[in-house]
Amino acid sequence: MIPTSFDYVRAASVPEAIQLLKNFNGEGKLIAGGHSLVPLMKFRITTPGTLIDISQIQELKGVSKEGGRLVIGALTTYAEALGDPLVAAHLPVLAEAIQKIADLQVRNKGTIGGNIAHADPAADLPALALALDAVVHITGEDGEERVPIQDFLFGPFMTALPETSIVTAVSFAIPPTEGKSTYLKYFHPASGYAVVGVAAVARKTADGVINHIRVGITGAGDCAFRAENVEKYLLGKTATLENISKAAQLAADEVDMGEDLFASSDYRRHLCEVYTERALRKVLL
Amino acid sequence: MTQVIGKPIKRKEDPKLITGHGQFTDDIKLPGMLFATMKRSRYAHAKIKRIHTAEALKLPGVMAVYTGKDVQDKIKPIRSIWLVPGCNLIPKDRIPLAVDKVNYAGEAVAMVVAESRYIAYDALELIDVEYEELPVVVDQEAALAEAAPVIYDDVPKNIAFTWKAGDVPEEVFINAEVVVKQRLVEQRVIANPMETRGAVASYNPGSGDLTIWCTTQNPHIHRITYADALGIPETKLRIIAPDMGGGFGAKIAVYTEEALVGLAAMQLKQPVKWVEGRQEHFLATSHARDQVITTELAGTKDGKILAIRAKNIANLGAYLSTMGAGVPTIDFGLMVTGAYDIPYAQAETIGVYTNTTPTDAYRGAGKPEASFQIERMINIFADKIGMDPVEVRKKNLVAKVPYTNAMGCNYDSGDYHGTLAKALEAIDYVGLKKEQEEARKNGRLLGIGISTYVELCGLGPSKVAGAIGFGGGLWENSSIRVHPSGKVTIFTGASPHGQGEGTTFAQVVADKFGIPLEDIEFVSGDTLIISMGWGTYGSRTTPVAGGALSIAADRIVEKAKIIAAHELGVPLEDVEFAKGIFSIKEQPDQQRTFKEIAWSANNAWNLPDGMEPALEGQSFFDPPDFVYPFGAHICVVEVDPDTGMVELKRYVCVDDVGRIINPMIAEGQVHGGLAQGIGQALWEQSVYSDKGQLLSGTFMDYAMPKARFFPMIESSFIESPSPVNPLGAKGIGETGTTAAPSVIVNAVIDALAPYGVKDLPMPLTPEKVWKAIHERSDGQ
Ligand SMILES: Cc1cc2nc3c(=O)[nH]c(=O)nc-3n(C[C@H](O)[C@H](O)[C@H](O)COP(=O)(O)OP(=O)(O)OC[C@H]3O[C@@H](n4cnc5c(N)ncnc54)[C@H](O)[C@@H]3O)c2cc1C
Repeated sequence: MIPTSFDYVRAASVPEAIQLLKNFNGEGKLIAGGHSLVPLMKFRITTPGTLIDISQIQELKGVSKEGGRLVIGALTTYAEALGDPLVAAHLPVLAEAIQKIADLQVRNKGTIGGNIAHADPAADLPALALALDAVVHITGEDGEERVPIQDFLFGPFMTALPETSIVTAVSFAIPPTEGKSTYLKYFHPASGYAVVGVAAVARKTADGVINHIRVGITGAGDCAFRAENVEKYLLGKTATLENISKAAQLAADEVDMGEDLFASSDYRRHLCEVYTERALRKVLL
Repeated sequence: MTQVIGKPIKRKEDPKLITGHGQFTDDIKLPGMLFATMKRSRYAHAKIKRIHTAEALKLPGVMAVYTGKDVQDKIKPIRSIWLVPGCNLIPKDRIPLAVDKVNYAGEAVAMVVAESRYIAYDALELIDVEYEELPVVVDQEAALAEAAPVIYDDVPKNIAFTWKAGDVPEEVFINAEVVVKQRLVEQRVIANPMETRGAVASYNPGSGDLTIWCTTQNPHIHRITYADALGIPETKLRIIAPDMGGGFGAKIAVYTEEALVGLAAMQLKQPVKWVEGRQEHFLATSHARDQVITTELAGTKDGKILAIRAKNIANLGAYLSTMGAGVPTIDFGLMVTGAYDIPYAQAETIGVYTNTTPTDAYRGAGKPEASFQIERMINIFADKIGMDPVEVRKKNLVAKVPYTNAMGCNYDSGDYHGTLAKALEAIDYVGLKKEQEEARKNGRLLGIGISTYVELCGLGPSKVAGAIGFGGGLWENSSIRVHPSGKVTIFTGASPHGQGEGTTFAQVVADKFGIPLEDIEFVSGDTLIISMGWGTYGSRTTPVAGGALSIAADRIVEKAKIIAAHELGVPLEDVEFAKGIFSIKEQPDQQRTFKEIAWSANNAWNLPDGMEPALEGQSFFDPPDFVYPFGAHICVVEVDPDTGMVELKRYVCVDDVGRIINPMIAEGQVHGGLAQGIGQALWEQSVYSDKGQLLSGTFMDYAMPKARFFPMIESSFIESPSPVNPLGAKGIGETGTTAAPSVIVNAVIDALAPYGVKDLPMPLTPEKVWKAIHERSDGQ
């Protein structure tokens, strides 16, 4: 429960952070809220030589609206996002999900960018990011880049982020008006992380035909994923109980499920179906 | 002064704790203090071939590295305190650091002492231990098998003891109309007090005095044991239990690290601190329960129970811990009949060594296991004969106390039937059954669970302690010092660590002396200040130490009265004492206050001839018998058939714990005990791999109950004073862990009745419940 010794520097700007990452040549590690990184350091699973503290870079904080998207600065904390009027107006589902993350102390420190960059397979935001067509804003040695979330998340704790780059923001598509969205979470009784978390965003036409549907699932597998078979099945169909139930059966199709002491892969697969069905009912009926 | 006993007074100890001014072991900082860390075995069973410490010693800031060979002639093995007689017990003592062989994963093999905690941890990684792996056995039933690995050459089949109490003639079972039998598993659980263990040792080379601050529920037992282990006189060792963040039984046990830190302080002549990390706690502090109990019950078709016969196979872990042998034998066996009038009873326990962390007491210690098996068996019996489990309970509950059970325990006070009736009314049992019937028609899985438990507490008469092999007395010591100003300090040999006796004991004394609560201080947990005492466990502090307190207070009043009579110039019989005032009958203007007499006693200017000065009272109270809290608990659960999740909707409990001194603290004890008991029923479980690796070794996997898991607890009390102590208290700390597991399991099994589910092992995790439903639905 005591980390190995490390050095600490604070970066005042994005270019400085990138320069520091370069200087430390793989031995430097960014720290934002520290609520994923520090536990790993205490377990001595991660032993960084130097921590580069980016938490004070003000330009990476805050929420703005750009067209049909909300752009959330990477260093915006959960608590700040939760209290933001733009989030309340355009992304209530993000607020719904944040309230299901950990506890008040963690929400006061943890950041949106940290959550996405860490790519914990049991974290909540990846499901939401998938369902909201999120785009990750990255700045590195060669300038800026925008990577769709599906290309960003690779596997457990693995992302497409280059070693000397930094996530500057995450943008989320504002769900279509008249649409509905939700995030349902099955809490792990020990850790409080998601055993299964399902984010669903949908819209139907006046006569009940589904013309927009996104389902993102976290917790169950090695990496959060989009339940594309569910989406394909439902798109263009009417929102009936039967269609929902049939679609939900496809939730974990072709996806490898994880396993721990609490929940086997069979049970997780089943939970994906149950929670997808419940989420779909909420957004479609 | 109005009476304060029975009032929900806010805890006197809280302002300090909630403003961050408590002083826990890790808060103690001494000049020149060094830090110790323990290198722990990766393997559950292995020979130690070599330990390389040179690299660690080279690390700047490392002061010393000790291995088993270095300390084996300096610290004796730590002896178990409870050597249960008549069961061929082969005790295997914990050794300070393993020498030739490690017997469980997490056993300490070396200790580093360094200038800082960081260096001490870094040095651990530089110690290289060469092991030769040995075959591992973690399960107690597997350990009994013919081909099982044997951990100790002189312990055939890994059997540490075979114990038996009571006898049921075979004919009772042969001739019985109904016999039911069930294998019930008390899974392994881990007490996780908010504060892990720790110790700080300081040695004065000039005087030879060693002081150890450590996390203990019983500092005097620690003193006796460590003085012996370190080979120093008891008078040269002072043990202090500072503020403690809970114990739950795990801090009764006497471990090795505290002695190692003591040795290091003596050798290095600098203070040394060791604080257990949470992961370390999961491995190194005693685990609990882990008993496989198979019970047979013989009864009549109309619901009368004739006999009960329980066989317990208990996993002791790799060593015999402090109370390791007593918990699954005496503590369990004497209570197998529960609150029922059952003519014949028999209990047998086999204690088994395995390659796991040693097991020991855990809130309730043995009684929850006894209660769980009888309360489950009653429901299984009820199901078999098609009778409402409440009716079976009514038919068999003890009708009248005092009552002596088949094992010889004397249930002390209260109305068992009346208590059940009150609980049934509180939850509206009749209405609830109807609601359940309706719910079932709609496919909803509503379940009702009940337990009418009784437990043995208030340990206890020292004669009995001797007879059952307990290596000490079980009396308790309380003394009261009245200072010249009339302020009062209470000293007790019990060692509360969160239970609130700093408040409840002050309430007792406030009423006895008629003085304000603010005038009373409370001291415990220091072997230099308190002559002797046996500690806090087994719900004994209020019944036993509180008994001593009450007697000590009476002694003071008695003396004060003589002084008052002397000063007032009247015969003693004419003096009355009430609400802090000594007055003369029929002459109310002639009086002395308690404060005035305190000053008189202390200045000694004018005392009766022959009277010694000062005003202090002490009592060493040895109770004539145990106390027996009991109660009726009923809950309602609903199972989600899609996920198997169990929702606890209501929990009603009516507890008769004797006289209640502070109802708010009493209720807090009930809530905490229930959270722990329900935690065992639904979430908590310690899991080992076949190789003896603890898989549930962090809070990511080991599910502690959280506040949000619970509904509002509907708790009420009945107060039937116990006749065996002056306060009439029966103990309340362990009611929840004793009652709740069976209440919850009975409810979930009841909820699953439509699927024909008869039993499921704890914890009833959603997947387990879902599978039970799923398998049955597929079969239909
Ligand atoms: C008790 C507890 C409970 C929790 N429960 C939940 C839960 O229920 N659900 C959940 O989703 N999460 C949970 N978390 C995790 C929490 O949400 C983390 O705060 C979050 O995942 C990471 O954000 P952070 O700012 O703390 O990142 P840090 O811990 O600072 O960093 C995490 C990783 O991301 C990298 N990183 C951080 N920011 C950037 C950036 N801008 N660019 C590039 N790399 C970056 C770091 O280098 C590091 O590798 C819990 C944490 C704790 C301590």
